[in-house]
Amino acid sequence: MSTTSKADIRALAHLARLELSDEEVARLEGELPAILGFVEKIQKVSAELPKAVSPKHRNVMRDDENPHESGMYSETLLSAAPNRIGNQVAVTQVVSRDTSSHT
Amino acid sequence: MIDLTTLTVSQARRDLDAKKYSALDLTNAYLDAIVKRDGEIHAYLEVWAETAREEAKRADVMIAAGTQKSLTGIPLAIKDNILIEGRIASAASKILENYRASYDATVITKLKAEGAVFLGRTNMDEFAMGSSTENSAYGVTRNPADTTRVPGGSSGGSAAAVAAQVALASLGSDTGGSIRQPASHCGLAGLKPTYGAVSRFGLMPMGSSLDQIGPLAKTVEDVKIIFEAIKGHDANDSTSIPDGFYPIAPLKKRIGVPRAFVEKGVDPDVLEIFNASLSRLKAAGYEIIGVDMPNLPYALSVYYIVCPAEVSTNLARYDGIRYGLSIPGGEIKEVYTKTRAAGFGPEVRRRIILGTFVLSSGYADAYYRKARAVREMIRADFEKAFDTVDAIALPTSPNPAFKIGEKTNDPVAMYLEDIFSVTANLAGVPGISVPAGRAIREGKALPVGFQLMAAHGAEETLFTIGSVVESA
Repeated sequence: MSTTSKADIRALAHLARLELSDEEVARLEGELPAILGFVEKIQKVSAELPKAVSPKHRNVMRDDENPHESGMYSETLLSAAPNRIGNQVAVTQVVSRDTSSHT
Repeated sequence: MIDLTTLTVSQARRDLDAKKYSALDLTNAYLDAIVKRDGEIHAYLEVWAETAREEAKRADVMIAAGTQKSLTGIPLAIKDNILIEGRIASAASKILENYRASYDATVITKLKAEGAVFLGRTNMDEFAMGSSTENSAYGVTRNPADTTRVPGGSSGGSAAAVAAQVALASLGSDTGGSIRQPASHCGLAGLKPTYGAVSRFGLMPMGSSLDQIGPLAKTVEDVKIIFEAIKGHDANDSTSIPDGFYPIAPLKKRIGVPRAFVEKGVDPDVLEIFNASLSRLKAAGYEIIGVDMPNLPYALSVYYIVCPAEVSTNLARYDGIRYGLSIPGGEIKEVYTKTRAAGFGPEVRRRIILGTFVLSSGYADAYYRKARAVREMIRADFEKAFDTVDAIALPTSPNPAFKIGEKTNDPVAMYLEDIFSVTANLAGVPGISVPAGRAIREGKALPVGFQLMAAHGAEETLFTIGSVVESA
């Protein structure tokens, strides 16, 4: 289980939306098994997968009320965007005609 | 001339209130020190001299009016992953090189209300991933005790700034030891608060179930003053805990040591200093007892599954669309992959790939879910121990500060530096490192810290016991 093949690193990079050079793929092919070999020690522990225990403190969402004035923060947030058109964040083409590149 | 070498936050407060010098004098003293010394240390990524002087002048007005608070006019350095509105916050990454924060972190809002002075933002391992500050995209920070060595990390700039007398105190963040370990290597006190005690709103997330902001300073008393100023419930952080959430048990004057765990793979000098600190506590009336915490040896493995898993999800936000670096591409997927390739450094990429692996279909049960199960057992070990002891004592780090470059090509060796500190983050309990002694290496006296962890919400216990150790 601790050996990750060359294809694995490429597949992981694809899942993570991260372009890796051949050199880095080769380096990670050496490093990842070493790290996984170390962390695999936990397989020796006989631990039940956690049941649905409710923690003492849970994520607490605020009540959905008293919303801030619409548009109050729009300019601040938009001004951080690398590309914008008016009051919208501009992005390049999302859907491609070439369906083969979609995974 | 203000002597910065022995100055503490509490002393500066008394001096400022007694008008021995003004807040502007104090800020100018630090700005001068930065010019003189930070070229060699490189604790800062950016110094805000102009605005720091303005803040100091406003602090002087507060002091003259008698409306000062505990941190009015106190010059602080802020880790580069904490947002200050309008200022660059880069997390020492190329992907946020020109990013200006859209809002103040809650801790910054609180410090502004205190009238604190912000000297600048400090160097760190990129997105807080590392134990040496060598993973910064903007160069290494040097340890003031020996400039051929690392200051620790990831809050290495925040630690080196205080140790080099170029800030009176600082804020860092701690996901697996990133406040306590650099505090140990630089001879400071550093606190990782209880998970939820200090708001994470405006802290760039790394491992959201582990991250906490906390102070670094010369003394336990200073750390306490800053912690009091930044803690508290915040509606903007859904994991923030209400005041008094955890019941506090009365002091038992008993400290637990998981002996079997401590003595494995620790530098002999570090172990000697650890034992000397225990003797000091014994002399102060504390009973030292062995505690059985059978799952601690698995903590580092658990951490290096849980943390990368959270990293890989949290850092998905840096995609070149809403803020930060954006590399153009024909299709949006190309924008993502190219931006992230150009913006993230090697350790960040390593953890993203590792995190993606442990969460991926077919492996998530064996790695991520199993790690969560063992994490619960570690948490239970702590809970059981705190039935009989006030605090658990461990070395902060297994070694004194290592040489720059020594561990950069061996990720596992670097991760092993966190073996004693990750335990507190996994359990969500508070941990403190206090200066405990020095180990001599090549004629240089390298600081070594002593770590204490207490039950949820029991920071006061850490301050009480920690001040016994540091006073030596």
